[in-house]
Amino acid sequence: MSFLKRMKEKLMGSSKTEKEELLDQTTEEQEVVEHSTNEVEEITVDSTKKIEPETVEQEKEIEEDNQQKEEKNKRGFSAFSITEKFKSGLAKTRDSFTSKVNDLVARYRHVDEEFFEELEDLLLQADVGMETVMELTEKLRFEVQRKNIKDTEGIQALISEKLVEIYEQGEEDITELNIQEGDLTVILFVGVNGVGKTTTIGKLAHRFKKQGKNVLLAAGDTFRAGAIDQLQVWGDRVGVEVIKQSEGSDPAAVMYDAIRAAKNRKADILICDTAGRLQNKVNLMNELEKIHRVISREIPSAPHEVLLALDATTGQNALQQAQIFKEATNVTGIVLTKLDGTAKGGIVLAIRNKLHIPVKFVGLGEQMDDLQPFDSERYVYGLFADALDEQIAKTEE
Amino acid sequence: MAFEGLAERLQGTINKIKGKGKVNEQDVKEMMREVRFALIEADVNLKVVKSFVKKVSERAVGQDVMKSLTPGQQVIKIVQDELTDLMGGEQSPIKFATKPPTVIMMVGLQGAGKTTTTGKLANVLRKKYNRKPLLVAADIYRPAAVKQLQTLGKQLSLPVFSLGTDISPVEIVRQAIETAKEEHHDVVLIDTAGRLHVDEKLMQELKDIRALKEPDEVFLVVDAMTGQDAVNVAESFDEAVGITGVVLTKLDGDTRGGAALSIRSVTQKPIKFVGMGEKMDALEPFHPERMASRILGMGDVMTLIEKAQAAVDEEQAKALEEKFKTQSFTLDDFLEQMSQVKKLGPLDEILKMLPGANKIKGLENAKIDDKQIGHIEAIILSMTPAEKTNPEIINASRRKRIAKGSGSSVQEVNRLIKQFEDMKKMMKQMTGMAQKGKKKMKLPGLDSLFK
Repeated sequence: MSFLKRMKEKLMGSSKTEKEELLDQTTEEQEVVEHSTNEVEEITVDSTKKIEPETVEQEKEIEEDNQQKEEKNKRGFSAFSITEKFKSGLAKTRDSFTSKVNDLVARYRHVDEEFFEELEDLLLQADVGMETVMELTEKLRFEVQRKNIKDTEGIQALISEKLVEIYEQGEEDITELNIQEGDLTVILFVGVNGVGKTTTIGKLAHRFKKQGKNVLLAAGDTFRAGAIDQLQVWGDRVGVEVIKQSEGSDPAAVMYDAIRAAKNRKADILICDTAGRLQNKVNLMNELEKIHRVISREIPSAPHEVLLALDATTGQNALQQAQIFKEATNVTGIVLTKLDGTAKGGIVLAIRNKLHIPVKFVGLGEQMDDLQPFDSERYVYGLFADALDEQIAKTEE
Repeated sequence: MAFEGLAERLQGTINKIKGKGKVNEQDVKEMMREVRFALIEADVNLKVVKSFVKKVSERAVGQDVMKSLTPGQQVIKIVQDELTDLMGGEQSPIKFATKPPTVIMMVGLQGAGKTTTTGKLANVLRKKYNRKPLLVAADIYRPAAVKQLQTLGKQLSLPVFSLGTDISPVEIVRQAIETAKEEHHDVVLIDTAGRLHVDEKLMQELKDIRALKEPDEVFLVVDAMTGQDAVNVAESFDEAVGITGVVLTKLDGDTRGGAALSIRSVTQKPIKFVGMGEKMDALEPFHPERMASRILGMGDVMTLIEKAQAAVDEEQAKALEEKFKTQSFTLDDFLEQMSQVKKLGPLDEILKMLPGANKIKGLENAKIDDKQIGHIEAIILSMTPAEKTNPEIINASRRKRIAKGSGSSVQEVNRLIKQFEDMKKMMKQMTGMAQKGKKKMKLPGLDSLFK
């Protein structure tokens, strides 16, 4: 089975299970469940052969179907809106990928140096970075030799397999957050300026709120003009309380207050914002260490998660960011933001490979529910899509 | 993990060919491979790298590299020259309208630093160009963006035009231009919302704003850390709204900033300013030759020298020099010198600007604590004038008193006095050397600190 088919199946398969789960939850009437899932299954079976637009159409049909059932209307819609979110955010990566990969295969029937060079270029343009690309092609060359692979047909699956291997290195793919059930969980956000920390916090708060958690936000960016207001707007939007002090106050003091407040209000989750800082500013990194220290002093096991917000447009400097922020605050995960643009953030492969920091979420837009758990296979697949588009367009010319 | 600069990269290749009498084409090719690597690691776009390397290797093969005794140096020089040429060109200042108000639009992706840069630019316009800018808050999408600009306006005591977030940006800008005419503001500085270059709806909005009154400048604000995607972003914005210049932000970070080259080569538009910090005065003109060194990872001596020149009072330095020569250097002078070094900024940043400093083992992890200087200050300030001019008289009981007075330990006091004595000795040797006519210090500007 080709790489593409497997990928497609994986993608469609996963969305199918999601849909099924959601539908199961939201619909009680046997009839509707059967009806919808049947249709969904149909799509999944079909999807390996059929192209995207048809699937979209069919899903729209289902949507309409559901809307007809007045009682189920609202809940049914929410299930679909999530699927739609996936679709629009990752539309580019899924857009009739099949034919394009086949095109590349057609152009490169043989696995030769030229093929490898082209592959290298594709990955470099996704900001994967020289070292990781070299590591991958080395592995590939070895495998190709060992298995005596001559034509490109067989190498497709291998590429994605090896990429995921480089990313995961045998470690389990952990996207789950370390949530303390029945106790306060503290999540600290760190990162350089303008990567989308505050926005991501808003989205994450919304996510927890939907799960029925009692969420509190701490406005730890006391430096940038308007930052506290920005978090407050998100707080109002999502409907959670924001613990804040005036601009220019000590962020560590804000954290102290926030933890006290969270304990008093018996909150489940406390999400702490911090000011953006460039990783080479020693004083600011010391300040961050202090914030971390104050949190740990109040709750020894906290912060339970330290999430580094990383802009997908960032190039190789992201590696330094991850390393230095990890030294200062023991980063436990990455949120890759702004992935809805054309940038790929390929450097996360190197970050995971070298520093063992997994990506936990990806940001796909500015709306409240534009935050999705990271899926390494889906991501690796997305690395190629755009660049392939371009190449194929070029060949067609 | 820090990336190697081009010089280090080339070193390996050069060592290999050192034994040979002559460098052949194959060797040049290998060196070009290293150039390619260095540029890609500096985030220069792959396509730009390819055409650049092609150009450089033509020059390298045709030129003296192959005959040169120091081919590595020669290659670096060619690369650096080409880079500087590519990014340079005329340093055009801001273009003002013949009939006010001049309209300047700030555009870019989310989080590039448009609002902060708008504030900084307003400051430059007022201070350097003596203009009366009106800031326009046209970002109605991001929560509290209007508030952010208002806060900056307050800090700078400059007026900010805003109509809240319910009115369309196009209408806001239209009214702002009217207001500027009525109130005689000669520059209208529009802070637009960050947007993805693939977001057609929002890109249309920019076109609509543009259509109101042809802006005199459209600045694309780009994060210096941007990777390969910089090319797509610059191309799309240029196509949609026709940018006239680029502002590169967050260059005070430790990124190589290859995006500068990518953007320049796809848009041909000049980089006009660079953002060097979060404070309102941290906007500086762009220097292509410095950027070239930076992309190649060769340190930034020029900036360091400029910093030193700005921070060091020349007369004071001369007086200090005299004191060294006459051996009348006291702890007071030592303190004075400390505070001058401190003015240069955080010490580890200064070190990073030194070429080769990243090669010194251990230094990369050495976090130099600026607080240390504070301690030293406290200790010296706890001394009596007599002790400061004549440290020899500091005996055990005086040490105890000084330690107590400065909140430090006797050990720390001892260490400081020892440091001071060592330094004096070193100065003595150096002045001796200078008198013999030998080279003093390698760094111009800095030597005035240590002479």
